[in-house]
This record gives sequence, structure tokens and C-alpha cells, in this order.
Amino acid sequence: MIHCVLHDPNDSVAVVVVEGVKAGATLTGLILDQDRTISLSAVQDIPIGHKVALKDMAVGDTVIKYGVDIGKVVAPIKKGEHAHVHNIKTKRW
Amino acid sequence: MMQKTFMGYRRENGRVGVRNHVIILPVDDLSNAAAEAVANNIKGTLAIPHPYGRLQFGADLELHFRTLIGAGSNPNVAAVVVIGIEDGWTKRVTDGIAATGKPVQGFGIELHGDHDTIRRASTAARELLQWATERQRSECALNELWVSCKCGESDTTSGCGSNPTVGDAFDKLYAAGCTLVFGETTELTGGESIVAARCRDEKVRSDFMRVFDRYQDVINRHKTSDLSDSQPTKGNIAGGLTTIEEKALGNIQKIGKKCTIDGVIDKAEMPTHPGLWFMDSSSAAAEMVTLCAASGFVVHFFPTGQGNVIGNPILPVIKLCANPRTVRTMSEHIDVDVTGLLQRELTMGDAGDRLLDMMFRTANGRLTAAEALGHREFVLTRLYESA
Repeated sequence: MIHCVLHDPNDSVAVVVVEGVKAGATLTGLILDQDRTISLSAVQDIPIGHKVALKDMAVGDTVIKYGVDIGKVVAPIKKGEHAHVHNIKTKRW
Repeated sequence: MMQKTFMGYRRENGRVGVRNHVIILPVDDLSNAAAEAVANNIKGTLAIPHPYGRLQFGADLELHFRTLIGAGSNPNVAAVVVIGIEDGWTKRVTDGIAATGKPVQGFGIELHGDHDTIRRASTAARELLQWATERQRSECALNELWVSCKCGESDTTSGCGSNPTVGDAFDKLYAAGCTLVFGETTELTGGESIVAARCRDEKVRSDFMRVFDRYQDVINRHKTSDLSDSQPTKGNIAGGLTTIEEKALGNIQKIGKKCTIDGVIDKAEMPTHPGLWFMDSSSAAAEMVTLCAASGFVVHFFPTGQGNVIGNPILPVIKLCANPRTVRTMSEHIDVDVTGLLQRELTMGDAGDRLLDMMFRTANGRLTAAEALGHREFVLTRLYESA
């Protein structure tokens, strides 16, 4: 079972692709195009489609997905936590 | 091995459609009632009501005419009845559609009233419908198919699954010589340099960056926040998308890995040669799909994450989805299920082939989910206030 997917091996977040991920769950993450998996623990409940942090990030850090900048960290994020609008904002507009 | 032909309707100007609609097209909001009455009288015709067409001017008026004439000229339309409040603009739309060679008749309401207009237009609509229903499909080459794309109510599964499926299909259609389009100008924000790098040459690249920068200026001039309630939408955010950059990077998966961007068109303009085109357009689903119909596209790929239910009266909208929750809870809206991509049960190449199979079936006559459910959203893009 794949629980989350990464677009690029250097991404700092992965997308949860199954329903019902709870804190404490061990997640198998698929790196798309590489047919290779990683493993990590969720430390919060994460809804389907939402992102899990793959590393600790500090305020001001750039979040990487698709191997590209998708915004900035505005509240500290720990590996395994839910990464979304409460801790990441756009750098545009 | 991909099919090389489909069964389409060849029109008077040589273009090929996949539907055989007879539409009753109002020029303006005032004419909607008469248009709907005619479509009610003559079963099998289709009224296309909309809220605009009065006191527009300049580029906004030109876009109005271009959209209506383009919609009527679309090869999915066999024949057209145009109804407007007065004769002048009615004739302009009628003449624009008639340039394709297809049968079209126009009716102005003033000096007649609704009753007489509906009676005369119904007679014309009946004759056109009976003529249209004798048109036959014939075998047409794949490179005669014009295919558009635009995603909606995207979530993170769009960027991992349904959008790259469109990209895989676009790569294959591009190689086959089809005419393709994508757009959604502001929804490239954060990925614009990736799009620019995919442009065929410096001319196309500078055309693209000019329209991209122009749209950024519109946002910057009118914004009251970072647009975090609009772009991404509330639905996008509920689905897990966090920033416009993230949404944009998912969006551009739709243009695949191999095809190059061969030209830039304005809203409702028609491509002049095969290849992949970028249309400067709104990212709102019904506006963009309506513009694709007006530009002459005959089949549309619409990837969704959270479940946008959009359709179009002229352009069949094929929905694909990689989110298992959406496919479970909104199955009647989804034509192609690509959820297997996210569990390694389906390769991207297989997902693209699955979409192309549905494209051929749709082109050959299968109704899409949106068509079967009666989704006929026809939404005109406005550039600014009326005079």
C-alpha cells in the first residue's frame, strides 16, 4: 500500500493519497518516476490529498515540491507533521 | 498502438466535429426567453442562454462577438438559429457564422415581438434540425481532431495523477499532428519559467511572457489580499493544495514532457496550424471551456481532484480523476478513473492510453458524464464594465 507520493527525491513534502492516516502511522512514500519507496511516521492525522513534511523546517525556509519552490514556511514544521495553509504561504501576490 | 481515425462530421469548411448540434444562439440576455422557447418547440435543438451582449464596447465587445461567432462556427455545431433584440448585431453574429459555410438564420425581435419571432425562428429551427439529422459520420484522420484541456477543483492528486495523464495523452496526440490547447494564465504563477522554457522559439516565449505579465498586472491592480481565498480556491485548499505555486506546478503537468508550445492565442481566437497552443484565459472552469469551444476545439480533457461537475453545451468534456474519495463519492461525474496511478497499479503510459481510448469513444459518439447529466455551462468572459 502506497500512503503518500513524492514528485522528486529532494521534495520536502509528500502528498497523502489514502484516507484515514492517523498520528503514529508508518507511511510508505512512493517517489514518482523512480519506482522507489521511502518510509516515515506521521505525527499528526493527515487527510487524503494533504501534505506530510519529510523534514524539519524553520520559519522562512522554502518548501520544495516537484523539485521546485512552492512557498515559504510561516510556522515551524516537524518531520511527519501536517504541512498546509497554517504553516506555509505563497511567495507571490 | 493508438487508433489513427475516428468517426466525425465533416463540415462545409473542411473542419471535423464529433457532435451534430443545432443551436439556438441568443446575441444578448434579452433574447434568452425567445431562444429557449424555440428550443422547447423544436425537440433536439439546444438553446445556449447567457447573461451579456448589451452596451459592451471596445475589446470586451469584440470578445463577445468572437465567442458567439466561434461557438456557432464550432464543427460540433451543424446549424444555427441566431436571435437578437435588434437586427444589427444579430446580423453581425449570423454573418460571422455563415462564413464557415454552415446553414445559419438570424432573427431580430424588435418590430416583431417574442411571439412572431419564436414562430418564425421555430420554423427555421425545424428545417435546420431535419437537415442536420441527415448528416452522416465519416472516417476522419486523428490529426483532424482538436483537443483542449483545463483542470478544475484540483487537489494534490491532480498534480500526481490526472494532470500528468493528460500530459501523456497530449504528448501522444502532439506526435500524431493534432491541434491542442491549454491556458489558465494566472494558474501558471510559480511555474511560468517552466512554461517559457517549453516554448518553441523566442517569439513564442516573448508572446507568452507578455500575456503572463499582463495578467499578473491585473491581479496586482485589483487584489485586496494574497488571493488565498480565490487562487487556490476553497475547494483546492480543502483538497490539500496550499499555494498558487503548488497549484501551478500541478497544472502544467497537463502539457506533458515532450510537446513544445508552438503559439499563443488570445481568448476565443482560432489556432492557425497544428501543435500545442497557449490561450491567454481565465482559470475559471466554465469561462475557459467556453473559450475553448469558441476557438474551435471539439473534445476537452478535464482532470479534477475534488470533483468539478462542469460541462459545455457544444464541447464534450471528458472528466478524469485520481482521487479515490472523489471517484467513490461522485462516480457519476467521472469518465476515466486513474486512481490506480497512485498505488502503482497503473503506469502513466497506461493511464494516458485509457484517456485516449475514452477520447476516441467520445469522438465516435459516446456521451460524456457531463453531457448525460445535462451540464451545459456556457459562460462568457468579460474584460470590464459595460458602457
